[in-house]
Amino acid sequence: MAVNVKDMMKKNKSNRFLLRFSEKAAPTIFLLCAIISVLTTIGITLTLLVETITFFNRVSFIDFITGTKWWPFGENPSFGILPLISGTLLITVIAMAVAIPIGLASAIYLSEFASPNIRKIVKPILEVLAGIPTIVYGFFALTFVTPMLQNVIPSLPIFNALSPGIVVGVMIIPMIASLSEDAMSSVPNEMRDGALAMGSTRLEVALKVVVPAALSGIIASFVLGISRAIGETMIVAVAAGATPKLSLDVTESIQTMTGYIVQVSLGDASYGSTTYYSIYAVGMTLFVFTLLMNLLSQYISRRFKEEY
Amino acid sequence: MNSAAETKHVPVPNTTIKPKSRDSKSIYSIQNFSLWYGSDQALYDVQFDIPANNVTAIIGPSGCGKSTFIKALNRMVELVPSVKMLGSINYNGKDIFSPKYKVEELRTNVGMVFQNPNPFPKSIYENVAYGPKIHGIKKKKVLDEIVEKSLKGAALWDEVKDRLQENAFGLSGGQQQRLCIARCLAIEPDVILMDEPTSALDPISTAKIEELVQKLKEDYSIVIVTHNMQQAARISDKTAFFLNGEVIEYSNTDELFSNPEDKRTEDYITGRFG
Amino acid sequence: MSLVDKQVIQNKMSKRSVKNQIMNKLFFSATAFGIVVLIVLLYRVFSEGIGHLDWGFLTNFASRFPEEAGIKAAIVGSLWLMAVTAPVSLLLGVGTAIYLEEYASRNKFTRFIQINISNLAGVPSIVFGLLGLTVFVRLMEMGRSIMAGGLTMSLLILPIIVVSSQEAIRAIPKNQYEASFAMGATKWQTIRRVVLPAAIPGILTGGILALSRAIGETAPLLMIGALSFIAYLPENVWSGFTVLPIQIFNWTGRPQEEFHLVASTGIIILLVILLFMNSIAVIIRNKFSKRF
Repeated sequence: MAVNVKDMMKKNKSNRFLLRFSEKAAPTIFLLCAIISVLTTIGITLTLLVETITFFNRVSFIDFITGTKWWPFGENPSFGILPLISGTLLITVIAMAVAIPIGLASAIYLSEFASPNIRKIVKPILEVLAGIPTIVYGFFALTFVTPMLQNVIPSLPIFNALSPGIVVGVMIIPMIASLSEDAMSSVPNEMRDGALAMGSTRLEVALKVVVPAALSGIIASFVLGISRAIGETMIVAVAAGATPKLSLDVTESIQTMTGYIVQVSLGDASYGSTTYYSIYAVGMTLFVFTLLMNLLSQYISRRFKEEY
Repeated sequence: MNSAAETKHVPVPNTTIKPKSRDSKSIYSIQNFSLWYGSDQALYDVQFDIPANNVTAIIGPSGCGKSTFIKALNRMVELVPSVKMLGSINYNGKDIFSPKYKVEELRTNVGMVFQNPNPFPKSIYENVAYGPKIHGIKKKKVLDEIVEKSLKGAALWDEVKDRLQENAFGLSGGQQQRLCIARCLAIEPDVILMDEPTSALDPISTAKIEELVQKLKEDYSIVIVTHNMQQAARISDKTAFFLNGEVIEYSNTDELFSNPEDKRTEDYITGRFG
Repeated sequence: MSLVDKQVIQNKMSKRSVKNQIMNKLFFSATAFGIVVLIVLLYRVFSEGIGHLDWGFLTNFASRFPEEAGIKAAIVGSLWLMAVTAPVSLLLGVGTAIYLEEYASRNKFTRFIQINISNLAGVPSIVFGLLGLTVFVRLMEMGRSIMAGGLTMSLLILPIIVVSSQEAIRAIPKNQYEASFAMGATKWQTIRRVVLPAAIPGILTGGILALSRAIGETAPLLMIGALSFIAYLPENVWSGFTVLPIQIFNWTGRPQEEFHLVASTGIIILLVILLFMNSIAVIIRNKFSKRF
């Protein structure tokens, strides 16, 4: 039996309404998918904006950004966000003090010193470290790091800024290490060879050639790390305590912006109360901080992109 | 397609170079065809007819526009976003750039084999059945028959008939290229365009493909781009010599190689440049 | 006289070399630090939690008594949550990636969507929780349900899935498109029969990694009000629920030391699930890498 493919294909052409329809519909459907992500951003912005405006109808904006006392419960609530910001910054500074040197040193090691075999082992381990859920880090901070620190500083309370700060730093190490390493590995080998051929040591090549050449990528990874530290929630909610304090003492219990939002959502702040709306005002502040950091990071890596 | 809209129809002077040939029926008629990538002009006033059931070779140094030209014949060139065209290419008497002409229909009638073998990461069977399937043929029995016929047509059947379900990437380069030819044959095109089909292959695979081309021309019209002049001389009936986007000379292959009319053609085929 | 004093260079050489050695060790220690922390963390969790790990722990509901506390509701809740999040986020994410890679023209709107996606990836998860609480729980009146939680999580991991799917699609060589178009296939036929099948391994790898992020995520679900004391299994997507990390959070917050041990056991379960998902992702990645 001979098959006439041409005729069969011709015959099929007439009843291919479905194909023609899906051909036309496909781009529209996929565009709608893409628009969901835009709607999400709009949703976040509107949600925060609308509820924050309600909040500022009850609490003065000036009091909010200049107030030094955050006491949202009880008879005489006070909504000055500075203590929450100072708590957040305290955690961020401790975290970056841990994450930047260790992350950068790891990146330099992986990019400039490690043999391919070591890299093959270490990089997946760092990925695992990055994939540990933050609640596990929080548990680790509370039940291991804090008691360990108490051995060194006997007066350290259970809830303090130091322990969660360090653990947030540990959490961010893989991110800084891998982003910085990416930046360094994209430095072309000719630049390394040039320096090595003149008798430079690996260290000199790393510090004087590679790091300067990859600086924008490295700085961008730091800024992104800061953004992550500001937005980190579970570690501080578990281990930092719930006492908003305008203080720079790392051994005291503090509260961050994220920690406050969690505290309210766990309690029973009634829907419609000023306390309820306050989480949106704090959320808005948090959103603005992290957005600025993310934009800054993108700006740095774009603006100072090295052309090799 | 915007490019089709940009194709203007200019009155064509009757200066088309006719191949000195026994064949009167031509399948393609190219008239005053120019093409730009952005602001770079790649083809200048190309004008000739391609006869049916012949092998037409397009030769010329790299960058001469031969690959661009063959891709214009099935409008694959439109995949480049910035492309602009002027003049016309008639396929069986119809302007392929006319807005009414469905590009899918053209490509169903005009198959193409590429420089590097590009099978899909599917089984050998699925590769060949791809074309019939997208054109709505679903019956397993019919597909089986088409696959067998096409693989036989591409002289590959005996080598793969026991492993049709294996991944096509397991085949050698030459086998992959013949698989791509089989895939092309499965929808029974009238024309097969070949864009340097053997440049990525070893000599033995090349010989097999050349042999296959000789066999295929009984049923198909073949246009083959090659930078290998010996190949063009071996397998083609007509040859067009392209240089810097222009057709310098177009005639029967034996005449073009034995007695070129243009000095530049002579320089090229005697290896003085390119 | 030579400008370069060979003797001086020679003397400095050994010092530079020693410095190189020392810093090499130092950089190595920094790298090892992360690994050591991971080992300590895993050792702590397993040594504390393994004792409580038995069949009863997997089949009991939460309890006031640490010895009776189980994680059944949380495991089932996490699975329900994935049943909502996986299809929603994959469909939206892959759809967005197809639009951006295949259909979008290079204009300002496309660039805007792309920048928007990378910015969404940097929004703290708790802010997604606020979004979910306001839009899904209250505005759409879904209540504190699996549906509300699942949709919130879908939006949270959407950027990760979009970016990894885009990479998977971009990795397909142009000649695959050419082969399909040259057969007279339409764009959609090419996407459905050539592009997607070839991109599926990459899409799945990225998707599984994104879902494993969602499984470990706590803060957004706290916001939308996933409960920690649930002594029943969800019946449908409108039921209230709890998930593994919230159950762990609850146990961690208890003052009694015994509950910390129970939390460790919960973490073991969570980590085993994550390990399982990651292994699948790695297997897919290794099996299908280097195909073109």
